[in-house]
Amino acid sequence: MGIERHLNDTVHVTNLEWLVNWARKSSMWPLGFGLACCALEMIATFVSRYDLARFGMEVARPSPRHADLMIVSGTASKKMIPAVRRIYEQMTEPKWVIAMGACACTGGIYKNYAVVQGIDRHLPVDVYIPGCPPRPEALLDGILQLHAKVMKEQSIHNPRIGKIKVVER
Amino acid sequence: MNQEQIQEQIASRFGAGAVQAAVMFRDQLTVQVPADQILDICRFLKEDPELSFDFLSFVGGVDRHPQTPRFEVVYQLSSLKQQHRFRIKVVIEEPEKGLAAVDSVTAIWPTADWHERETAEMFGITFKNHPDPRKLLLPDNWKIHPLRKDFPLYGTEEDTPDLPA
Repeated sequence: MGIERHLNDTVHVTNLEWLVNWARKSSMWPLGFGLACCALEMIATFVSRYDLARFGMEVARPSPRHADLMIVSGTASKKMIPAVRRIYEQMTEPKWVIAMGACACTGGIYKNYAVVQGIDRHLPVDVYIPGCPPRPEALLDGILQLHAKVMKEQSIHNPRIGKIKVVER
Repeated sequence: MNQEQIQEQIASRFGAGAVQAAVMFRDQLTVQVPADQILDICRFLKEDPELSFDFLSFVGGVDRHPQTPRFEVVYQLSSLKQQHRFRIKVVIEEPEKGLAAVDSVTAIWPTADWHERETAEMFGITFKNHPDPRKLLLPDNWKIHPLRKDFPLYGTEEDTPDLPA
């Protein structure tokens, strides 16, 4: 680019939207939140063998106010749903949701009175990861899909802040 | 002491009428006792030095729907002192109105507390004189008894809503 060469490559020209998206996806902090057995695969993804820190995501936040990403890892029982929704509402915008595993996607094998038949009945899900449980590679792939989705967002001109509401039923 | 000897102990202490039925299945004896005597029998089983059932393994329910009488409450006893086990049960009929009821054994074995709370919510059996008769596992606003045979597995939007109203 002309101006960069003119200033001896001391500056870099890009568009602000790309830069904001890049910053968001490069340090997307997940919430330390596990519901069932999928949480163990999520833990395996965090530790050194699969090493989620490669994607700037190693800090699982105990407080929803610090977190950008909720990984719903496991079976959501109906008794748990008020707590899950409350945690989601406490997260600061912008925020994303991954439904990890068959139970979070659809209820899985638990087609009964006590289990929510898919967390998308209550939360706006960005990426679904099937599997029972999904292997860490699958979770990593889902996270990379989410990163690709974040890079396509119009973070300045058409921000998602305030547009996504929890589904009322 | 083996299971037949324990059964004879109950019969000799409370009379032959106290053993309403005894079923041996795969070397496991189950003795049915009268529901109105369950407290006395349990206290005897715990306090008699030769029996000394000091540990209640579990309390559970059985729904025999559509047979009558409909419900059973099963008590699995264990003795750490005497190294023996024993199983007793009571049979209770579902009344025309309201819920079937049986005496709570929490006063004898405190561990019965949670077992009886779970049995109460899952089968709709009331445990009389229970110290803390709340639900154990289900949401507080549900009025269903899921382990009954006539309960629809998937629930309904009215009975088992996702969110408390």
